[in-house]
Amino acid sequence: MEFNNNIPIYLQVIDKIKQDIVSGKLKPGDKMPSSREYSYELGINFNTVARVYKELENEQILFTKRGLGTFITESREQIEDLRYRMAKNLIVSFIEGMKQLGYSKKDMIKFIEIENNNIERIE
Amino acid sequence: MSGLIINELTKKYYNKIALRNVSLNFEQGKIYGLLGPNGSGKTTLMKVVAGLHKQTSGHVLINDQVLSYKTKSYVSYMSTENYLYSSFKVVDILKFYKDMYKDFRYDYALNLLNDINVKLDYKVSNLSSGETAKLKTVIALSRDTDIYLLDEPLNGVDVLARDTIMDIIAKSYGENKIIIISTHLVSEIEKVLDTVVFLKEGAVELFFDAEELRQERQMSVEGIYKEVFGND
Repeated sequence: MEFNNNIPIYLQVIDKIKQDIVSGKLKPGDKMPSSREYSYELGINFNTVARVYKELENEQILFTKRGLGTFITESREQIEDLRYRMAKNLIVSFIEGMKQLGYSKKDMIKFIEIENNNIERIE
Repeated sequence: MSGLIINELTKKYYNKIALRNVSLNFEQGKIYGLLGPNGSGKTTLMKVVAGLHKQTSGHVLINDQVLSYKTKSYVSYMSTENYLYSSFKVVDILKFYKDMYKDFRYDYALNLLNDINVKLDYKVSNLSSGETAKLKTVIALSRDTDIYLLDEPLNGVDVLARDTIMDIIAKSYGENKIIIISTHLVSEIEKVLDTVVFLKEGAVELFFDAEELRQERQMSVEGIYKEVFGND
């Protein structure tokens, strides 16, 4: 994984794990590597990984079984909710960015339709 | 209390001041970067903590004890110089360290060297500079001590060997250990650092948490390093 050193590393790792959960690369109930293994794998500081796990536990995306390790939530609802929140963030920043460029709601929708058609044609 | 406390440390070599009134507190379970250009006092600071140079004034506490022959056993120091006997084979170096230091973890060193593919029957004089740097790092980290001081572990080493050395360092992290790494290769090392110390002309210029810097200023350690020290 490549990191941008201008952004807190722990936020970048949190985003990656969330992406992998929503995309299905990481499955509900999957065991995560230990903080030690994961820090070694990513080549980053141990305390950074410990922080990632703590924050994701607070968000109830990961949970710890004592003595067994850290796991991804088994709750489909929790994962759906995560997908919804990530999508919403994308949309909000998209709308804000487009408004700054002077696009109206109608133009934005038209733009999305055109670009989406282009992408589908390429695929 | 375990840890390393440096209080108003000054070191002069005749009339040249190498360290000016340095006060720093190092906590267990963290990896520190000691950063600054050549001549900023990084090596002097390490040598004083390792008990190799005596300070002019101020004091250093290691696990609550002032510097003495006793505190030397709490510190594993890797100097920048190439101090390994060139006529020895790698395996003989390991045996030598096992005899010299009670805390030397021979099997741990064997495993690390195996992982990074440094052959035990090679002679030190036949190792590349990258392999020598790896061997030095492995030996320093194979002692089971509270404090590790690695002076320029990435110097004169190619990019791939740098990655390997960073991996060895990351692997050696422990909750009750303090690892201090000096370097001027900031972008290579910043991902593994908890806390950063900038030394400038022998004085502490900045002391900060790397992630907080990124959070508060959207800046990399390298970015602020360039701001403080210029582009040289």
